[in-house]
Amino acid sequence: MLLAKIHVTLKPGVLDPQGEAVAGGLKAMGYTDVAGVRVGKYLEVQLDRDDLAEAERQVEEMCRRLLANPVIEEYRYSLEEVTGAFTA
Amino acid sequence: MKFGVIVFPGSNCDQDVHYALGRVLGQSVDYLWHGDTRVAGYDCLVLPGGFSYGDYLRAGAIARFAPIMPAVIDFARSGGLVLGICNGFQILLEAGLLPGAMQRNDCLQFRCQWTHLKVENNVTPFTNRFREGQVIRVPIAHGEGNYYADAATLAELEANRQVVLRYCTPDGAVTPAANPNGSVGNIAGITNREGNILGMMPHPERCAEGLLGGTDGRELFTSIIDWWQRGERLGA
Repeated sequence: MLLAKIHVTLKPGVLDPQGEAVAGGLKAMGYTDVAGVRVGKYLEVQLDRDDLAEAERQVEEMCRRLLANPVIEEYRYSLEEVTGAFTA
Repeated sequence: MKFGVIVFPGSNCDQDVHYALGRVLGQSVDYLWHGDTRVAGYDCLVLPGGFSYGDYLRAGAIARFAPIMPAVIDFARSGGLVLGICNGFQILLEAGLLPGAMQRNDCLQFRCQWTHLKVENNVTPFTNRFREGQVIRVPIAHGEGNYYADAATLAELEANRQVVLRYCTPDGAVTPAANPNGSVGNIAGITNREGNILGMMPHPERCAEGLLGGTDGRELFTSIIDWWQRGERLGA
């Protein structure tokens, strides 16, 4: 079993209203050192296979086709071996 | 003229579009289920507003892979008329049938209000009943209507006159204050290069008869019908 840990973030330069709102909230709480916030998505995808190369090919394709929108987002991921599915 | 309204899980303006086309305008109109794989026999497909697949991941991202979408994409690429309203516009962007992407409104608020739109191009199947530069009044209801395209794409859209509708003031000025969601260039609606696909955030079906407070949406649908009845074809 392999676990892909995927981060999807907005490309640099793309306005992030959510990040701006969170930054505003933090500053209002007194964290005046906050210079900026970007909000992204973190996804875990479990794959029922052990073949790292094929898993990587599939995860790359999933990111490109569905998980990220290449017009405004970029992605990175890592793969690690795990035991047992994460849903009971 | 035969319209098909595509119903995704979470579409909630499908019945409004069906009513506007069928009851108000007297056209033939069917619902097409997202699990179907055929769209043969229709003259115009409408992707209605709503929250397909709960808008999870990104608005329109999952709907873009619905079983019916390969047929919709083939229909669109072969010149068929396709209108995407609100969530339908988001789906067309995710499917790559229109350029750009949609983001959350810059104001972080869900905006549900009347807007004024400037008709920038009336030489399209969707806007030919309007005058160029005419200001029309159409409501919006969305949280993710902040249209984005990079500078090169935007320049191409402008050069090809694909920007069809822009948010403006009641007297037609395209200003930041008239922009409800932060869309680049106040863009409310665009076509593909060929002109047979329109994506728009405002809801013409919500102003298709006087009872609803306006009839400009009806003129948009009538544009499509007139254009089709005149037998006009694009890209000849």
